[in-house]
Amino acid sequence: MSKIKNIIICGTGGQGILMASEVLCSAAWRSGFQVKKSEVHGMAQRGGSVSSHVRFGEKVHSVLVEKGAADVILSLEKMEALRWANYLSPDGKLITCDLTIEPMTVNTGSAVYPDVEKIIEEKAIPNLMIPVMEIAQELGNLRVMNIVLLGAASRHLPEISEKCWFDAIEERVPAKALEVNLEAFKRGKAL
Amino acid sequence: MRKKLNEVNSGKLFLSGNEAIARGAWEHGVHFSSSYPGTPSTEIMETIGKEYPEIDAQWAPNEKVGMEVIAGASFGGARVLSTMKHVGLNVAADPFYTLSYIGATGGIVIVSADDPGVHSSQNEQDNRLMGRAAKVVVLEPSDSQEAKDFTGIAYEISEMFDTPVLLRVTTRICHSKSIVEVGPRVEVPVKGYTKDIAKRVPIPANARKMHSRVVARLKALEEWGYDSPLNRIEMGDKSIGIITSGISYQYVKEVHPEVSVLKLGMTNPLPWRLIKEFIDQVDNVMFVEEGEPYLEERIRSQFLIDGTGSELMSVEGELNPELVRKGIRNGESLPLTFEEIALPGRPPTLCAGCPHRGAFHTLSKMKASSTGDIGCYTLGLMPPYNALETVVCMGAAIGVLAGIEKAVGREEMPKLVSAIGESTFVHSGITGLIDMVYNGNTGTVMIMDNSLTAMTGGQENPTTGKNLRGEPAPALDLVKLVSACGVKHVRVVDPHDLPEMKRAFQEEFDREELSVIITKRPCIMQYKPKRKTIAVLDPDKCVHCKICVKLGCPAISWDAEKKIPVISEILCWPNCNLCVQVCPKDALSKDLEGVV
Repeated sequence: MSKIKNIIICGTGGQGILMASEVLCSAAWRSGFQVKKSEVHGMAQRGGSVSSHVRFGEKVHSVLVEKGAADVILSLEKMEALRWANYLSPDGKLITCDLTIEPMTVNTGSAVYPDVEKIIEEKAIPNLMIPVMEIAQELGNLRVMNIVLLGAASRHLPEISEKCWFDAIEERVPAKALEVNLEAFKRGKAL
Repeated sequence: MRKKLNEVNSGKLFLSGNEAIARGAWEHGVHFSSSYPGTPSTEIMETIGKEYPEIDAQWAPNEKVGMEVIAGASFGGARVLSTMKHVGLNVAADPFYTLSYIGATGGIVIVSADDPGVHSSQNEQDNRLMGRAAKVVVLEPSDSQEAKDFTGIAYEISEMFDTPVLLRVTTRICHSKSIVEVGPRVEVPVKGYTKDIAKRVPIPANARKMHSRVVARLKALEEWGYDSPLNRIEMGDKSIGIITSGISYQYVKEVHPEVSVLKLGMTNPLPWRLIKEFIDQVDNVMFVEEGEPYLEERIRSQFLIDGTGSELMSVEGELNPELVRKGIRNGESLPLTFEEIALPGRPPTLCAGCPHRGAFHTLSKMKASSTGDIGCYTLGLMPPYNALETVVCMGAAIGVLAGIEKAVGREEMPKLVSAIGESTFVHSGITGLIDMVYNGNTGTVMIMDNSLTAMTGGQENPTTGKNLRGEPAPALDLVKLVSACGVKHVRVVDPHDLPEMKRAFQEEFDREELSVIITKRPCIMQYKPKRKTIAVLDPDKCVHCKICVKLGCPAISWDAEKKIPVISEILCWPNCNLCVQVCPKDALSKDLEGVV
């Protein structure tokens, strides 16, 4: 049986995590795989932590990624990336935006935002830190961060062809934003 | 433009469990649906509303009313659906139990969406136990395809055996997506209403006969389950036989594909003959189930066998592949390359621009607090507000306030109010208010009217002036309603007018009579302001007092180096100016003119 790919997409409410996981699922499905994904709605929408588990392969049963099994973790916020680091497989890679969004606990002084770069270095977590604001500003659109991330992820998911990625993006974004999203994907892939 | 799903008659779709249930209802000719929103069930009704106009779907004021209306529609011969979260079935329990006796003229399917792990609820009750107690059929799908297929089978069972069917799903079924093969809608005629008193009036003489029919029905279903497509044996290594249902089946197949499995799609009544055949073929029996050890206790006591499960996994929280891997054969977890890292939590917060912030900020400043209820405003308990102290269930904010007053007297809790949303007030808070009037309470009830059932993602309700499909509907007038209950002091306040909000609380705290404050301002999900304005800081005027930060607004963070607030351009809500109001030095300003 061929290996199942395990991906976790995480970040905070309102960052476009669910949209990114929809695109990933669609691209994997178009590439001929069985796909399952799982996420939790509700409270999480109010600025809390949000995550989506995506699994694809020949035959997928569980909707949840197991700890120690994630091939790729994609995070739209850098502390949230750390929250899921224990899910990484030995060959896994953590791909995160370099964005800081302070939780209310930090804002109101009851907690301290960690030095994410330092922790990643100390623990030697294989990672790619993306200067996402720069890229998004160059592209003139702040809403494409999630697609930049998917572009970066695509290098670790060779089972999915570029055409399938493009078709999946086209299916999910409004026509007038298609070009900038495809450009965002390419920028992510080139990182 | 994307086609509506009612124009898709074949092929495969990538659907969540909730979307699949909606699809199953549509394909199987359902005519009518009435429900109250509740995570994780809400998207079933929303999908019907958006995609399947052939089903007449409506929001009910609460789950009990939803259940009663579908009961009537079933009496009229229509196929009906009512969906709710697990605790919603508690609200609807009264009609639910007796509907079991009465049976189904048009097929009745009730969806209970349980929330193991308590992602967005107040408890993790397992409603298979409710189904059993009410003596109705319980079905448990394990993925989206089964969610759709079982919905169809549920209508067949319901009409064949004259019984309501409880489709019991969990968060991971509702909110996970997988590929589903779909088909066209098959119309089923509405049978029409015929008078049948012996069937529909459970006075004692009739109810006794009805109960006999229910017992016989369960016996017949038990046998039907033997070769039903809902239950199946997957024989593998016979040294261990797993009995499982729902999402748990998928975890077993994922981590221990070698073992023998009895997958039960119908978990009430249990197909004893099939279970016996399975346990006779395997050396050891194990149970893998999420929630209560329901299968384990029933099957072990039926056959007086040994068997393990719940003590190896857990009756608390969600099941997951790690727990199942460890639970079966004492399996090793996958090796972890990185340990869990301790990090600050990221709890949910009130949105930037949320109308509730003005009310909770004011309560907090006045060192006042509230008895709480179920909705976004439950977040009033969080820092920096710390202004909500109790939650029991939908509608309880009012009864609880009344009871505290009865126990300790108003003078002991002069600054305690009820905090309840308008949708929750209509759901089941109004009876609490009637009780306060009737029994001479003197406290203050705050109805937080944001014109939306917001916590569940933004649904209409009887106060909003729109129905489930967004069409105009009569809007319930809360002021008149509250006055009609006998409350003499009712006022409406904009919670973002902080001086007025404070004055209202102070006057009502001082009053020795019952009062209602309606805080009225729409949820930010309700509208998109026409112009983008953000709060601007004049750093020269800032005295670094952090009062703005203490609003708990996600758009305001603190730059520790420069000691000034930073306003997020993305998050700052155009027509909110709470931070401008609280700044003691006018360092924050905002151009609100022309912003709607």
